[in-house]
Amino acid sequence: MCKKSGGALMLKYTVKRFGIAIFTLIIIITITFFLMHAIPGDPFQQSRRIPEEILENMKVKYGLDEPLIVQYFKYLGNVLRGDLGDSMYYRGRSVNTILADSFAVSGKLGLMSITVGAGLGIFFGIVAALNRNKFFDYFVIVLAVIGVSVPNFVFATTFQYIFASKLGWFPVSRWGTWQQAVLPVTALGFAYIAYIARMMRTSMLDVINQDYIKTAKAKGLSGTQILWKHTIRNAILPIVTILGVAVAGIVVGSLVIENIFGIPGMGKYFVQSIKQNDYTMIMGTTIFYAIILIAMMFLIDVVYGLVDPRIRLD
Amino acid sequence: MSENKNKNENKNITAKEEDLLLRVKNLQVSFDTYGGEVKAVRGVNFELDKGETLAVVGESGCGKSVTAQSIMQLIPMPPGRIKSGEVWLDGRDLLQYSDKEMEKVRGKEISMIFQDPMTSLNPTMKVGKQIMEALIKHQNMSKTEAKEKAVEMLKLVGIPNPESRVEQYAHEYSGGMRQRAMIAIALSCNPKLLIADEPTTALDVTIQAQIMDLMADLQKKLDTAIILITHDLGVVADVAHKIAVMYAGVIIEYGTYKDIFYNPKHPYTWGLLLSVPRLDVSKDLRLVPIEGTPPDLIAPPKGCPFADRCDNAMKICREKMPEEIQVEGSNNGEHFARCWLYHDLAPNVENPIEKRRGNLNE
Amino acid sequence: MADMNLRKEDFEVVGKDLKSSEEIVRKSLTYWQDAWMRLKSNRVALVALSIIILMVGMAVFAPMMTEYSYDEQNYDVISQPPNSEHWFGTDELGRDLFARSWQGARTSLFVAFVATIINVTIGVIYGGISGYFGGKTDIVMMRIIEIIYSIPRLLWVILLLVVMKPGIKPIIIAIAITGWGGMARVVRGQVLQLKQMEFVLAAKTLGADTGRILLKHLIPNTMGPIIINLTFQVPSAVFTEAFLSYLGLGIPAPAASWGSLAQSGTKMILLYPHMLLFPAALISIFMLAFNLLGDGLRDALDPRLRA
Repeated sequence: MCKKSGGALMLKYTVKRFGIAIFTLIIIITITFFLMHAIPGDPFQQSRRIPEEILENMKVKYGLDEPLIVQYFKYLGNVLRGDLGDSMYYRGRSVNTILADSFAVSGKLGLMSITVGAGLGIFFGIVAALNRNKFFDYFVIVLAVIGVSVPNFVFATTFQYIFASKLGWFPVSRWGTWQQAVLPVTALGFAYIAYIARMMRTSMLDVINQDYIKTAKAKGLSGTQILWKHTIRNAILPIVTILGVAVAGIVVGSLVIENIFGIPGMGKYFVQSIKQNDYTMIMGTTIFYAIILIAMMFLIDVVYGLVDPRIRLD
Repeated sequence: MSENKNKNENKNITAKEEDLLLRVKNLQVSFDTYGGEVKAVRGVNFELDKGETLAVVGESGCGKSVTAQSIMQLIPMPPGRIKSGEVWLDGRDLLQYSDKEMEKVRGKEISMIFQDPMTSLNPTMKVGKQIMEALIKHQNMSKTEAKEKAVEMLKLVGIPNPESRVEQYAHEYSGGMRQRAMIAIALSCNPKLLIADEPTTALDVTIQAQIMDLMADLQKKLDTAIILITHDLGVVADVAHKIAVMYAGVIIEYGTYKDIFYNPKHPYTWGLLLSVPRLDVSKDLRLVPIEGTPPDLIAPPKGCPFADRCDNAMKICREKMPEEIQVEGSNNGEHFARCWLYHDLAPNVENPIEKRRGNLNE
Repeated sequence: MADMNLRKEDFEVVGKDLKSSEEIVRKSLTYWQDAWMRLKSNRVALVALSIIILMVGMAVFAPMMTEYSYDEQNYDVISQPPNSEHWFGTDELGRDLFARSWQGARTSLFVAFVATIINVTIGVIYGGISGYFGGKTDIVMMRIIEIIYSIPRLLWVILLLVVMKPGIKPIIIAIAITGWGGMARVVRGQVLQLKQMEFVLAAKTLGADTGRILLKHLIPNTMGPIIINLTFQVPSAVFTEAFLSYLGLGIPAPAASWGSLAQSGTKMILLYPHMLLFPAALISIFMLAFNLLGDGLRDALDPRLRA
């Protein structure tokens, strides 16, 4: 068994991707910090009548009287220790607690959306490719184009209007029961069902025309065997990379979906914090999003390395 | 299909019925495209004995690959369509088989290897597993047994370190090795017939020779019949027992290798032989290319497809497709050319190959 | 052999006839002629293109020609559904939605087109430099894009708007300076590929200098992917602006943009769905048309599909 050399290559690859991930994260933190501090005026001082001791603590913690570069390193140090600071709007609450609470909600919403999106998308893509130029194929293509063109807030409000207000099948807003999850998950996932279905269909068609599929058939394998072990196994590879884009899109989409459906998730808080000029919250949320996304890209890179043997020779 | 329709063709088949492994009769295959019906194969006949090699030679688009793939029913059936024909393998007409029934034939009785070994192997599956698939399906082997056999096959095709190679992926093999692996997959279940579709075209010249030697060697060991498809007459010389020259969907000359190389009769064959570079002749001898291009198979000419490019074309050549005419001097009465020049009424024409041989001997 | 009335005259030698064998050879077209032909035959893309032209035309001319202006409030006709006076109905302040929709179109399309032009320019230059110089420069430049792309474009736009405060110019800038990465990558890929092609070497051998090579050889060959990418950038910019305005982070009231109209419409959706319907439909149709046109262009310009 040649697992040894394969394993060593895999480890090297993983470590390299991890290093890149950390580096990227630090850069993002840096850019975010300097951007927020480029805001004219002195927003970080402008909180409403902070009591003396708290102000003193803040000065020490954030280095508010010191040059910007020192503030930056203090902030970076805090972040690396897991401390994203305190909300400027919700006095007394740390950014971390607000994020933790809202992430519990957004995380679930996002996970469900990505699962539905990818699951249905892959399924539709496969069926469309296998039924080329027949009804289902056209249906999927049309769906795909609409899904990518119609903005998610249009879907969300339309679904809400038709299925909640008019038909009353689902609750209009809020979060908690599975019924409340259906519309937001569908609205968020819709664009991804469309996008992934289209990608999967193209990928399937590419693979089906490859020589090795002909080889498989020439060996006498049955249609089902060829489909699962050769066609789908290879067609699904590019989809793994797309999942990264999909997750990013769901993060963005959640900003508007959570607002429309009144879901107390990160997206809702983020938009709110912008309107409230809660700059520590804005920074903290951005960094948290960055952590999630960079971690996701790292995971996808590793998974891709595991499933595509050609990649490890990096 | 009625036997009487093609009496002329049948007359030329002389081998005993029991020995014949494969008989292809009047195979016609078309493709329905937006532009119309492309008549890719327009009436092909040949046969093959056990352990024999038939080379099908012709330029791109002449229909040789389509013929080969039709034998195994690998052509996607829309847009492809088998208009007529019979393919007798050991007494059964394969064209009557359903796809499910063909699954039992493919890989087991007939195998095929393709032109580009880079793309013919699944990039995400270990090579060993790809060999094992056929074994498990056709020979009911367990995984362990199949793995052992896979290692044996790799050894047989000349791949060093087969125990470790069996666990590797296609991209870890070189081009020549990949083609050997393809051969291993194809021969794993000891098929009666191996179809090799341009197996060396994508390889370096030195590797070409190795692969051809390997195939000849394995043929002796396993008694496999081979149909070798190629556009390169040079590759064919040492390995083919019989040669069929194809042009525009029909076989225009058919005979043993001696017939074709030493006594070719069809002007297209002459053209092919005159354009093969040779090391053993003086450098003053020029290569003569065949001017012009093959006809478009959406509207194939009603006469001989080569007529427009033939110096010896006659009026009748443009009007009617020539019949298969048996040629004199053939070794066992099996040399024929689809050419009006060999009709009784035709004038005598100079054979440029004989002429060249004559010049060389001076 | 069955003699089908063959006569000696039939066997008269006539020789080669190369003209007829080459007759079916088609007229050879340049790449652009071929692409235009293919595009013309793609009905969906043509319909999409006409819709785009129509909408742009309306955006330019309609606000000048409507009976009502976009900010004219009339408390006698508030919240009316579409009728013969007000084709798209009115909003809660009695303003004509038809006029507002096309005024909004002006804003949204202006933002989208200007931002796209800027960001395409940045992308082409960045990608061109990266690909042309190759080596370490290329690696560093591509890494920078990778890092920027680790968080979504919209997030960057939002951050920039937090710094710059909402308004038309800031939005254009924010959209323009994010989102050029895709174009840069595409152009860089093309340049890398073309660099290695023989005709560049040939031109260099003949003494052509860098500028000339870039102008006469590299750019015409990369135009195809640039055009396609550009076509997809426009709906992305429209979406970004609409999204931001919808959230209230974009064009502030009372200026109309499709996004802000959609937002106002959403507030009234339970009672007056027409207020959301029209801006939402306009955004969707516009983006759909551009996506279909982009697909059509992609097919037409793909060299592998050449006739």
